[in-house]
Amino acid sequence: MTQTLDNPRSARHASMARRYERTPVSQTETELSQQTHWMIAVRDNRDRNAFAALFDHFAPRLKGFIIRSGASAHQAEEIVQDVMLTIWRKAAMFDPHRAQVSAWIYQIARNRQIDIARKENRPMPEELKEEPGMEPDASQILALEQEAGQLKQALATLKPEQREIVEKAYLGELTHQEISAQTGLPLGTIKSRIRLGLERLRHELKDLKQ
Amino acid sequence: MSAITHHIPDAMLAAYAAGNLSHAFAVAVASHVSLCAECRVALGAHQAIGGAVLEDTGAVAVSSSLKDDILAQLDAAFTPEPVYERNVIFPGPVMEAMKGRAPRWKKLGMGVRQDILSEDANGSVRLLYIPPGQPVPDHSHNGLELTLVLQGSFSDETGHFGVGDLEIADEDLEHTPVADPGDPCICLAATDARLRFRALVPRLLQPFFRI
Repeated sequence: MTQTLDNPRSARHASMARRYERTPVSQTETELSQQTHWMIAVRDNRDRNAFAALFDHFAPRLKGFIIRSGASAHQAEEIVQDVMLTIWRKAAMFDPHRAQVSAWIYQIARNRQIDIARKENRPMPEELKEEPGMEPDASQILALEQEAGQLKQALATLKPEQREIVEKAYLGELTHQEISAQTGLPLGTIKSRIRLGLERLRHELKDLKQ
Repeated sequence: MSAITHHIPDAMLAAYAAGNLSHAFAVAVASHVSLCAECRVALGAHQAIGGAVLEDTGAVAVSSSLKDDILAQLDAAFTPEPVYERNVIFPGPVMEAMKGRAPRWKKLGMGVRQDILSEDANGSVRLLYIPPGQPVPDHSHNGLELTLVLQGSFSDETGHFGVGDLEIADEDLEHTPVADPGDPCICLAATDARLRFRALVPRLLQPFFRI
């Protein structure tokens, strides 16, 4: 759903140099994925139509995902409801410079599944908080989206048995002892994109702990 | 932050993202990630794969009433979960494990103290306080132990561990960690008593993803 840039290659090369020269989101609105727009609208404007659109996209996928990790259809819907409400309530924590919408929702879904199953809150890292009013940098959000799209393509080209291992690992079916094989997924670029998002945040935060 | 040299193996971060670590290990991993930008980035990459798996999972139609049910609840009052902030040397997840209180040290002898934050059949989480020059007490049981330095440092045959460093050891690692001179060394130690895996640790430490 992401429209391509006119010149993606040069945009990618230039992104390092203009890390802190922001492109306002409004100027490149059509380039970001719909999910990102919806999520930003939910976060910034508490937009119910955008939330409904997120529901239409993610709720059936979440239901399928949760059933695959062992829940009944009925339990799965309860968890979907819980996850969607968590998305609404924790929207302020969403930072598209550091995480794609699907990655953010994935973590919420796994956390809620574990919390409900174990009746305790899963330990989570400290949140890095953006200061209110921080301007989004569309070029950086777009770069992360492109990397995530390439990751998805790489997942699609894995051999079936390799892909099954990856799916099992991220559905929580493998222990860390069992996750030993290399998956063949290229993680280097997406790591550097996430790192840029983190550095941007660190640059912005005046009082970041050392 | 940049001084951290001992990180979380990728396989363990992937299992953490997927929610497949014991509570004890999850406290240690979440605490290290709170202190370590590098592992936060790596965790983000694992979450991105999880997101790609989610996007790709076959959709299952939801009940026709589910959307309206959820939309009707958006304005409902709810109690947010408490957020535990970092308190000087203790990262948020450690503060959460302590439920916001200060450490309650119990003396173990030779100036060493501990505070057991949780302990059950699945493992344990404790804080250790070791005066400079003293050996770190052996807190392993049968399985794997994760030790995260929160203050000071310790050294053993395998290296030097400063603030933010995470040591991963199993019972076969013959080591005698000793707190370095300077500040007393305060560590978070997490054990996972369920499993013995002598042969698996070297494999675990191998690079997981081709990068």
